[in-house]
Amino acid sequence: MEITVDTAKQLRLTADEFEVIKKKLKRTPNFTELCAFSAMWSEHCSYKNSIKWLKTLPREGGRMLVKAGEENAGLMDIGDGLGVVFKIESHNHPSAIEPFQGAATGVGGIHRDIFTMGARPVAALNSLRFGRLEEDKTQHLLSGVVHGIGHYGNCFGVPTVGGEVYFDECYHTNPLVNAMSVGIVKAGETVSATAEGEGNPVMFVGSATGKDGIGGASFASADITAESAEELPAVQVGDPFQEKKLLEACLEVIKTKAIVGMQDMGAAGIICSTAEMSAKGGVGMRIDLDKVPARQQDMKAWELLLSESQERMLMVVQKGKEDVVKQIFDKWDLPCEVIGKVTTDGLLHFYMHGNLEALIPAEELVLGGGAPQYDREYNEPTYFESIRNFNPASIKVPANLKAVAEKIIALPSIANKRWIYNQYDSMVGIANTSTNNPSDAAVIHVKGTPKGLVVTTDCNSRYVYSDPYKGAMMAVSEAARNIVCSGGEPLGVTNCLNFGNPYDPEVYFQFVNAIKGMGEACVKFNTPVTGGNVSFYNQNPDGPVYPTPTIGMVGLLEDLNQRMTLGFKNEEDVIYVLGEINEDLGSSEYLYSILHVKHSPAPRFNLDAEFSLQQKLISMIRDRKVLSAHDTSEGGLFVALCESGFVEGLGFDIKTADHIRKDAFLFGEAPSRVVISVEAGNTVEFEKLSGNIPFTRLGVVTSGDIIIDGESWGDVNEWKDRYDTAIERFLDKEEAGAALQTI
Amino acid sequence: MKFGVVVFPGSNCDRDMQDALEQDLGQKVLMLWHKDKDLSMFSTDDCIVLPGGFSYGDYLRCGAIARFSPMMQSVIEFAQNGGKVLGICNGFQILCESGLLPGALLRNSHQQFACKNVFLKDARNEVYKIPVAHGEGRYFATEDILNGLEENHQILYLYCDESGHVTEAANPNGSMRNIAGICNTERNIYGLMPHPERACSSILGNVDGRKIMHQLFFAESLVS
Repeated sequence: MEITVDTAKQLRLTADEFEVIKKKLKRTPNFTELCAFSAMWSEHCSYKNSIKWLKTLPREGGRMLVKAGEENAGLMDIGDGLGVVFKIESHNHPSAIEPFQGAATGVGGIHRDIFTMGARPVAALNSLRFGRLEEDKTQHLLSGVVHGIGHYGNCFGVPTVGGEVYFDECYHTNPLVNAMSVGIVKAGETVSATAEGEGNPVMFVGSATGKDGIGGASFASADITAESAEELPAVQVGDPFQEKKLLEACLEVIKTKAIVGMQDMGAAGIICSTAEMSAKGGVGMRIDLDKVPARQQDMKAWELLLSESQERMLMVVQKGKEDVVKQIFDKWDLPCEVIGKVTTDGLLHFYMHGNLEALIPAEELVLGGGAPQYDREYNEPTYFESIRNFNPASIKVPANLKAVAEKIIALPSIANKRWIYNQYDSMVGIANTSTNNPSDAAVIHVKGTPKGLVVTTDCNSRYVYSDPYKGAMMAVSEAARNIVCSGGEPLGVTNCLNFGNPYDPEVYFQFVNAIKGMGEACVKFNTPVTGGNVSFYNQNPDGPVYPTPTIGMVGLLEDLNQRMTLGFKNEEDVIYVLGEINEDLGSSEYLYSILHVKHSPAPRFNLDAEFSLQQKLISMIRDRKVLSAHDTSEGGLFVALCESGFVEGLGFDIKTADHIRKDAFLFGEAPSRVVISVEAGNTVEFEKLSGNIPFTRLGVVTSGDIIIDGESWGDVNEWKDRYDTAIERFLDKEEAGAALQTI
Repeated sequence: MKFGVVVFPGSNCDRDMQDALEQDLGQKVLMLWHKDKDLSMFSTDDCIVLPGGFSYGDYLRCGAIARFSPMMQSVIEFAQNGGKVLGICNGFQILCESGLLPGALLRNSHQQFACKNVFLKDARNEVYKIPVAHGEGRYFATEDILNGLEENHQILYLYCDESGHVTEAANPNGSMRNIAGICNTERNIYGLMPHPERACSSILGNVDGRKIMHQLFFAESLVS
C-alpha cells in the first residue's frame, strides 16, 4: 500500500502534518505508523489547538502533589497521610451517536484515570447538556445517557453524588456528557504513569482487545454531521463488572510494590499508553502485538494499536515480579500477559509474529514532545453586537409575577432532577453525607478521619456565551461558592472545556477569553487547575454549542461537624441575603426562557467582591452563626428561597426592595449572593459580624406559606410538587416506549 | 456471635456491610472469598451475610450465576443446618435464585434503577427510613406462596409511607403486596431489598438501619 498525503488526510492529518512526520522519521511512514500519528496527534490526545492557552492557567501551588498534566489526574494533599485524586473528562461525541454506551464508557474511563494512580474512587459527578426537553431526540438522548451513567456507576460501585443538567437548543445535535471521578489514595501508594528500567516487562492487564472504538480519538476531533452515525464502530462498549475486578486487582497489585508504572488505556489505546509512558520515562519499548489478548481473530497491527476496548491497563513491572502480578490477576479472573519490555533507545518497536510493523520515537508522538502545537486566530463574535444592544427598559415588569414564577420553577434546567439522580446509586460506599442533609456541594466522609471532601461541578454556559471572560470566572466562582456554602475550603479545579470548532475564529475567541477568566479566578481562590480535558468540535452544520468550560472543584472540610446545609431549619428563623442585590436581568432564565430574549449581557460580576463574600461566609459558618446557606443561581432569589424551603417543607415571608424592579429582584441572576437563615436571637450579632459585606434582611421562615410583599403565593408543597414533577412529565412517555420494547 | 461477609467479584456493598457491622454495631467480621468453601469457623449461632452488588456482573438474571459459586454451596449447607443467613439486595436475589427463599425478584415495574430513601414497617407497625438501590427488586411469587408467607408471618418488612400506610405510591418497585423483606419458615434465612447498612452511622444522618440489624440478629425472637 502506497502512503500518500491522501492517506494522511483520510486519517484526519493535514498535509503539513504529513510533511512534518516524514521529516521526523526521515522516511515515509507505513500505514501502521501513520495510524499511530493520526491518533496521537488528534486534538483529543495532543491538545494541539489548546495547549498554548492551557499553559497560562495556574497549574501548581496550593496543596498540589503533582504538576498539572504530568499524571492521569490531579493529586492534592488532604492531610492525615492521604491525597485526593480527581479529574473530569468529556464523552460528548460517542454520546451523541450512542447515548447509553457513550455515557457508560465515559464513566468507566474517568474512574480508570483515578485508580491507575493508586486511588480508590469514592465519588462520581457529572455535567450534562441536552437540547430542549420537549424534543423527542432530547428525551431519547437523556434517557440513554442517564441509563448509561447509572448502568456503569451503579455496578462499578461508586456513588454518583452530584452534577448538573441544563437544556438548551444549542445542544440539540451535540449533547455534552462530562464525567468526573474523585478518589482517595494513601501517601506512598500512588503510582506514576511512567516506564523505567531496561528489560523490565511491559504487561497488559484487563479485558481482551477487540475492534471497538478504533479511531475514537480522531472521531472525537471532528464536527458531528449527518454522516456521523456511520462512525458507530468508533464508539466503545463498556463492561462495568470487568472494571470493578480491574479496580480491585490493580489496587491489590500496587500494595505488592511490584509496579514501576501504570497507565489506563483510554483514547488511542495501546499506542497512547506505550508512547506516553515511554516518553515520560525517557525510554522505549519493544512490544509484541500478537501477545495482546484479543477477542477477535486476525486483528491487524494498527487495529491492536488503536483499539479503544475498555477496561484495560498497561503496567511496567519490576523484572522477576511477573508472577506476583499474574497471581493477583488470576485471582480476579482477568487476562494478564507480558507483551514486551522496556528498552533504552527511546523507540517504540511494534512487532507482529516477529515482523517489525512500526518503529517510532516515543517522544515524537506525545504532547510536549513532537506533537504539533498551533496558534489559532480569533476575533470577536458578531453576536456580541446584539448583546450590547439589549436594553432592559424594553422589558415591562409583568403584572402577574406569581404566574411567571410558576413557569420558572418548572423549567427543565431549574426543576428537580430526581428523575435523573434517582437512577444513580448515590449512597454506596456509605460516605455520602448529603443524602439526608443536602448542601450546595456534595460532602463525602473521608473514612478514618473527621474530614469531608466537598465536591461540585458548575458552569452556566449562557453567561460564558454572553461574556466568555466573565462567564468562565463566574463558573469558577460558583463552584467555590457552592463549596463554601457547604462549609468547605476550595482546594483545586479540574476543567472540561467544551467548545465548537477551534478553526472558527469566533469559537476560538470564546476559548481564549474563557481561559483568561478561568485562570484569573483560579488564582484568586488559590485553586490551581490540576488537569482536565479539552473537547473541541462540539459543532454541527447549524453552529457550535455554547462555550461550556465546566468546572469540577474539590474542597476540604476539616471537620464534618462544621458542614453547612441548604435547607431552612425552623419557623421564625430570619432570612438574609448576604451579598449585594443588584437590578440585573442579564442572561437570566427568566429573560431567556420565559421572555425569549436570546441575547443579553452576562450578569455584572466582581471577582474581589465575590472572594470577600466567600471569606466572610466561611468564617460565619465556622462561628456557627448561620443555620442554612444556599447559593442563588438559575432562577434567582425566588428559586433559591424555594429550594431552601423544600428540604423540610417550610415556607417564607419576604419583602422585595423598592429601588429594584420586582422581576429583577425575584428572578435576576446577579451572582455573589447567598440566601442565609439565622436564629431570630442571633440577628444582631450576625449583622455586626457581616462587617463590610452588604446584606439584606428579607423576612422570615414560615411553617409553609409563601408570602411576598404581603401577598400569599400559596403553600410550599404546591410549589414543591411543580418543581418535583416538571421533568418526569416529559419523560414518562419515553420510558413507556422503552418498556414496550423490552417486552 | 460473629459475621461472615461473602465477597463475590462484583460485590460492592461488602465493605459497607463490614464497616457497619464492625464500626457501628461493634461486631466481629470475617470476609469470605467466593472461590473458597470453608465455613468451619462458623457455628449456627453465627451469621453469613450476602451483600449487595452485581455478584458476577449480573448480565444474566441477578444472582443466577452466584448460586453456583463454591462459597454458595457451603452457605446453602450452613443455612440448611440452621445457621443464620442474611441477603441484602443482590444477596436477597441470590437467596431466591438458590431456592433458600421463595419467589423471585423481577425488574422494577417502572423499568428504572431506583436509589432513594423509602419507608418500611415491620409486623409491630414500627416505621423505618431505609435506602433502596436496585433495578430488579420487584418481589414476585404465586398467590399460594404469598398467602403462605402471610399465614406463617414470614413477611418481615413492607414498603409504606412515612406514617406507616401501605400504599401503591410508597412501593418503589411494584413488589407484590409491597413486600420488602421476607424470611423462611424456620426463620433463620432473611432477604431484604433495602440496605440497612446504609443507615447505621450518625455521620450519614440516619441510624434506622441499626434497629433493623438489631431486630434481625439480636432480638430474642424475630418479630412475627
